[in-house]
Amino acid sequence: MNVLAAIGEVLVLIGTFFYFLSTLGLIRMPDAYNRMQTSTKSATLGSLGVMVGVGIWALGTDFGSVAWLVKTIAIATFLLLTNPISAHTLIRAAYKSGIPLWEGSVVDKYREHLEAKEKVSGEALAEEGGEE
Amino acid sequence: MIGINVYLALIAIATLLSMYRVFRGPTTVDRLVAVDIMTTITTGLMVLFALYYKRIIFLDVALVYAMLAFGGVIAFARYMEGGL
Repeated sequence: MNVLAAIGEVLVLIGTFFYFLSTLGLIRMPDAYNRMQTSTKSATLGSLGVMVGVGIWALGTDFGSVAWLVKTIAIATFLLLTNPISAHTLIRAAYKSGIPLWEGSVVDKYREHLEAKEKVSGEALAEEGGEE
Repeated sequence: MIGINVYLALIAIATLLSMYRVFRGPTTVDRLVAVDIMTTITTGLMVLFALYYKRIIFLDVALVYAMLAFGGVIAFARYMEGGL
């Protein structure tokens, strides 16, 4: 076993550990928003570790080539770009379809934002009515 | 290459734990979040299997699977929002 294989194996170990942590958060957390937040972040980090680790690990073996590293980095970049997008879209759909927050939640920035926007548009409508 | 069995077992356990949330989740979004995480973890599993079987062509399978899972989750989210 040479140095590259050892580095890759350590990276894969860190990645699988973060995978395990993400599913643990998926089970442990109380509502859908907290579950999304814990699991998506650590799964993204874990997949980054696993992909780059496999690429470096394959470089250290006898069958490996640079193509392994290039392809795994391509997959890791794709996951890094698309995972937050899908989580954001999913949780926005959850909020709009009226799933309640956990009773221990203390801040709801999105509702404040919506209320402020509604207030501004209401004032604009009232001003238009006053001019007439 | 002995340690790879341990990593495959860890990822299999993680997939089973997220399957628990898919079956148990009280709302639809809980199940969808769990499926999203499960597809991410399965992509990692496919990359590890490419190393296990020493075939570079299996990495393409993982890339295509990641793309299809992304499209599927986006479609389900739009459907839940009422925009599809």
